[in-house]
Amino acid sequence: MMLHYFLRRTFLIAFVFVALTVLAFSLSYLFPGEVLNNVSGLTSIDPEQQQALIQYYALDQSVIMQYLGYVHRILAGEWGLSFSSQQPVLAEIIAVFPATLELASYALILSFVLGIPLGLFAAVKADSFFGKLISGITLVAYSIPIFWWALLLIMLFSLTLGLLPTAGRINVLFDIPTTTGFMLPDIWLSDIPYKSEATQDALRHLLLPAIVLATYPTTVMIRFTRDSMLAVLEQSYIKTARAKGLSRAQVLYHHGLRNALLPVIRQIGLQFSTLITLAMITEVIFSWPGIGQWLLDSIYQRNYPAIQGGLLVVSCLVIVVNMLTEILHTLFNPLARKA
Amino acid sequence: MIKALLSLMVPCGSVLILSACQPDIPETIQQGMVYCSEGSPESFNPQRVTSGTTIDAISQQLYDRLLDIDPASGELLPALATQWRLSDDGKTYWFTLRPDVQFHHTAFFSPSRTLNAKDVTFTFNRITQTDHPYHATGGAVYPYFQSVDWGSLVKAVVAENSNTVRFELSRPDSSFLSNLATDFAAILSAEYAEQLLQQNQPELLDQRPIGTGPFFFKEYKKNQFIRYYRHPEYWRGKVELTQLVFDLVPDNAKRMAKLLTHECDVVAYPRNAELKLIAERPDVEVQSQISMNVGFWAFNTQKPPFDNVLVRKALAYAINKDAILDAVYFGYADKAKTLLPPTSWAFYHDLPEQQYDPIKAQELLAQAGYPKGFSMDIWAMPVQRLYNPNALKMAELMQADLAKIGVKASIVSFEWNSFRRKLSEFEHDSVLIGWAADNADPDNFFRPLLSCSAAESGSNRANWCDPNFDNLINQALLTADIKQRRSFYLTAQLYLDEQMPLVSIAHSKRFQAKSVKITGVTINPYGGISMAAARKSL
Repeated sequence: MMLHYFLRRTFLIAFVFVALTVLAFSLSYLFPGEVLNNVSGLTSIDPEQQQALIQYYALDQSVIMQYLGYVHRILAGEWGLSFSSQQPVLAEIIAVFPATLELASYALILSFVLGIPLGLFAAVKADSFFGKLISGITLVAYSIPIFWWALLLIMLFSLTLGLLPTAGRINVLFDIPTTTGFMLPDIWLSDIPYKSEATQDALRHLLLPAIVLATYPTTVMIRFTRDSMLAVLEQSYIKTARAKGLSRAQVLYHHGLRNALLPVIRQIGLQFSTLITLAMITEVIFSWPGIGQWLLDSIYQRNYPAIQGGLLVVSCLVIVVNMLTEILHTLFNPLARKA
Repeated sequence: MIKALLSLMVPCGSVLILSACQPDIPETIQQGMVYCSEGSPESFNPQRVTSGTTIDAISQQLYDRLLDIDPASGELLPALATQWRLSDDGKTYWFTLRPDVQFHHTAFFSPSRTLNAKDVTFTFNRITQTDHPYHATGGAVYPYFQSVDWGSLVKAVVAENSNTVRFELSRPDSSFLSNLATDFAAILSAEYAEQLLQQNQPELLDQRPIGTGPFFFKEYKKNQFIRYYRHPEYWRGKVELTQLVFDLVPDNAKRMAKLLTHECDVVAYPRNAELKLIAERPDVEVQSQISMNVGFWAFNTQKPPFDNVLVRKALAYAINKDAILDAVYFGYADKAKTLLPPTSWAFYHDLPEQQYDPIKAQELLAQAGYPKGFSMDIWAMPVQRLYNPNALKMAELMQADLAKIGVKASIVSFEWNSFRRKLSEFEHDSVLIGWAADNADPDNFFRPLLSCSAAESGSNRANWCDPNFDNLINQALLTADIKQRRSFYLTAQLYLDEQMPLVSIAHSKRFQAKSVKITGVTINPYGGISMAAARKSL
């Protein structure tokens, strides 16, 4: 049963990847400029080089062969060169991607830690003052444009109070060697004598971007937990459990929360693409050196190989996360497996 | 929870007095300085660039030159060369090198010897000898040297012994020493170049630099920062800063914000509009310096209709410079009459000023055969430079001015590096850009900007090659007599006024904002900024 389900999923994901690579592949032809430049990423090509390159990229053969060559190169890690730096695109992506993942995952964790308890509280005490207050604040936070919210926070905490830095991942004077690309693990893995100061500084840099980025998913989490909890609490099995003499806390935990969180898990997958989009905006505002900032720079520079590679990576990530949450959802929910 | 957050935000009670509460922080951080720069460097070898952003970041920090320029008087001072002499025919120069000058000792290179004549010959032969193993590395591009026609001027650079170098010129050139003192003439290490050749990675010479300057290169993260450490054996004596980081912040508003939050110690190019505001803060100091520069509007003179001198003159008449000076420079600049700033000794004081006269402009356009005007592009550079703090705004003002004479202008802009690349391929109609002098010689304005060799190398933004003009500026170099030179330059300025390959707009003052804790960072009127004498008080 489960195997069948996984097979179906794998087939679907393979199909999506094919569609994605076809799109990315076609961009080389749709972007302005010479196809050969767009595929190779070389800004200037000597006439004597040209013939060899055309053969290498199979540009003299059919489109199908070119596409197969493209997929082969993608899998082999050969993503062409960036127009602006003439360095391999894949290496640049690997250098910037961890920063985005780091920021997004802290924001996601923050939204869990805050969103689920607050949502539960708002559901259980739906009619109390605090319950209404949470719902009200959630609505405001949900509607606030993120760039404006970020600027407000910078104005308050950085410029007026002088408490937090405005940009970057860490004070640039801290010389942290890059091992994983994730800032906090890099600090812990390094052998610098000022680890705790560096950690503190990195956290201070992380705080504002993480709050800004967490705002939207937290509100979504609160609203979903609240609505789904309210729906579950209406179910007759909850009343039965209460009638059987279980305490309120027991009922909430064993029967309420578990059932209420199922749709929330699914939401994570669905909200993930929004999260990545918001992460890009956050990165630009806070000069966070992640893939969002890199991709926007590439677009501004008309750096087609980089745009192509960046889009491929970001969309693959979104799809993979979507699939994972779907699978997680299914594992937890026997009902979904049958569907 | 709140307490934990607060303690995170306010370590030891106050963030403003950082040093007081961080006894464990090593000296490399306490005595480090962050300079917030407006853009990324294109290369780490000054020979390969002309952009002021790159020169500021690399030239004075990593390298030394044979000669220096006294910022106050513009006179030449000994640097790596302790003395020099000239032959009677003016065609041979001898330089005696300073003894015991150490090159950088880094993770990727350990020098086995001090500076000697080989390093100097390597540095300059790379530029001129086409069969030199390094000549073609990275595309044989030496824009400054090509623009001053170095290749035809310098016949040979010879090491007479380990500390004497002889330069043989093909003709006398009174700007030769000035050129050697520019930021572009940095002395590289021949030993390092040899090591890279053996490792088969010659391209690293321009990416992982080794020099003799006050700081050595540690790391460069593209679009993020450049990290330098103090060179412990610097020949000029002890450098106070232990670490120097160039934080790359292209956004003007972000750079200002980082100054106010103390993330930056020194900020390049504060916005003129905000100068008054930040000068009022007790923790920030604004410095200004009269600078040798010019902001101009260059026409691509090979492209019709800009090949017609009447059209160029018409466009010059159509521009209201006073409005631009107010709105773009906020009054912190002088209106330009010609390329040269009024502080230059060759400046033509009696040159008539270009008037704003739209009616005259329309007449000229009609004479040129465009009574109804035409459409054109104005390329506006995307970064703030000294000579033009806001090219986009300037372009918008000019767009409105041009509309009055029936010329429809569209504004074009790209990211800075692409912008410069496309410019040197002459894809533009006209461009708002400028020039900051590298030395006090007037030749440094005319030759790199408007000579035929500059048109070939791509730094002549007007793509203007006029033998008459080239003849004038060449004649001026053949004599060392200042009166004679001056008369040639006056004629050249008059000729430019007639031909109008570009419209000079303004000579701006240069500003920088810094934390009051930093001292010793002064703006050099000629070329790049130097951090060698900077120090930070705690």
